[in-house]
Amino acid sequence: MNVASLTIEGVRRGLHARDFSAVELAQAALHFAQAENSKTNAFLTFSEERAITAAKAVDEKLARGEDAGLLAGVPLAIKDVILTRGLTTTCGSRLLEHYIPPYDATAVVRVEQAGGIIIGKTNCDEFAMGSSNENSAYGPVRNPVAPGRVPGGSSGGSAAAVAQGAAVAALGSDTGGSIRQPASFCGVVGVTPTYGRVSRYGLAAFASSLDHIGPLARNVADAAAVLRVIAGRDPADSTSANAPVPDYAACFDRNVRGLKVGLPREYIKDLTSETGDLLARGVATLKTLGCDVREISLPATDYAVATYYIIATAEASSNLARYDGVRYTFRSNQSRTLSEMYRNTRGEGFGVECKRRIMLGTYVLSAGYYDAYYLKAQKVRALIARDFAQAFETVDAIVTPVSPFPAFRLGEKVDDPLAMYLSDIYTITGDLAGIPCMSVPCGTTTEGLPVGMQILTRHFDETTMFRLADAFETAGGPD
Amino acid sequence: MKITEQEVRYVAALANLALSDDEVKKFEADLDQILTHIDKLNELDTSGVEPMARVLYEAQTGTLREDIPVPPLPEAEALANAPQPGAGYFKVPKVIER
Repeated sequence: MNVASLTIEGVRRGLHARDFSAVELAQAALHFAQAENSKTNAFLTFSEERAITAAKAVDEKLARGEDAGLLAGVPLAIKDVILTRGLTTTCGSRLLEHYIPPYDATAVVRVEQAGGIIIGKTNCDEFAMGSSNENSAYGPVRNPVAPGRVPGGSSGGSAAAVAQGAAVAALGSDTGGSIRQPASFCGVVGVTPTYGRVSRYGLAAFASSLDHIGPLARNVADAAAVLRVIAGRDPADSTSANAPVPDYAACFDRNVRGLKVGLPREYIKDLTSETGDLLARGVATLKTLGCDVREISLPATDYAVATYYIIATAEASSNLARYDGVRYTFRSNQSRTLSEMYRNTRGEGFGVECKRRIMLGTYVLSAGYYDAYYLKAQKVRALIARDFAQAFETVDAIVTPVSPFPAFRLGEKVDDPLAMYLSDIYTITGDLAGIPCMSVPCGTTTEGLPVGMQILTRHFDETTMFRLADAFETAGGPD
Repeated sequence: MKITEQEVRYVAALANLALSDDEVKKFEADLDQILTHIDKLNELDTSGVEPMARVLYEAQTGTLREDIPVPPLPEAEALANAPQPGAGYFKVPKVIER
């Protein structure tokens, strides 16, 4: 068995043919992940005992001839902002170095009910705030494709774990591009489903109106299979959606002839690099497949970064207020009074990016500024969502770049926060509108760096998104 | 300048965030740069636009679940991550000073 190239289908076939048992596969995946970790720092915690226990249960079910679930025996990695009962969950923060959650996130429960094997927790930017994974208190992740470069962020560890071959699939979280951008940097598939498609119960909150859990995988079919398992209404999250979850794989007909695909001019006007060339070649493939590609306009795009960094930081400043030294493990021991304890715990515990965002979010919500910033941003958010709604009156899917550039060098952008924020431009719009969006590999640059193509569709229409991505992947990517 | 050092210190106090003098200086420059970019939003006329306060609507989420009592997290588990538990509570430094 070659752990590094397995897919969910490969695991299923291997188990049924008795080429390997679920326990053997779990052991092999853990061994591989641990051996590779000195190169990438993708994992923060390994969950050997939990993995072997779950794998034994799968083997026993298979021995009895029972259905062991859609993800039976599949080694999975979970981003460390997603809670796992009894398994340290740090959120990439010094504040939660010793935090052991008393419950599992709903997505984790569903993955394990479907027979998935959780092998460990993956590194990420602190509280999912960042685009390079350099904001982790536990050191940056190195891109397995190009070790001197970042894996992207904030789900950098999840993307690296899948790309290097340690996990067949992973769960990440996305608030402004944190699944799609690292997926594109590491050359894997990353999916941000419709807002509310997957329960956020047990996801450490960053910006509640923008947060999503979604899968990263080596191909479109695997990402769709994981989404099918984790999606659906959850009484524990009142914003989770009722909409029925289709069997996405059943819709993979590879026939996208006549599908109307929009190419927004605001997303390609500044693209002059190889990223632009590769996207153009990707679009050429879509035309060869028979898609009806047309240029569209999403005029509010230029305002998305400003809108996002008001709404996301405002919500973050409120959500992160809970880390005050009372309940969550870390407390500054330098304090005599309660208010000193709050201030010092937060001052010592949070890293610089979290502090910057808490400051910005507190500022935009402070007395006298609410209307000028937060309310204004909510109105512009409505315009951005309206742009997409109008576009989807004439097209079935929208195709864009994921990032203006491929993986950059470690340390290259850490000193310029605004430049880092501006590089999120192509991914944050999908989060603001709450529509499904994904990154599918779209070739590599001459230096061998992966580039992704983003596909966006209507609310709850993940099916069209997956169909197009699967057809594109099957066609071999860019022409 | 969009923001002064005094405002940075005021906002840090609102956020219960102890900052070093270096951090105050750094955030003054960073916030100034970011707030200047954010000013771009004033180019857009948003009169008559309803603010988007949420993504999905009640018909899509069926917001209310049935009100069924379930056992809460056991006390020991709820306190397991406390920096300083005691007598079934989260202990904190004195709130009222003499």
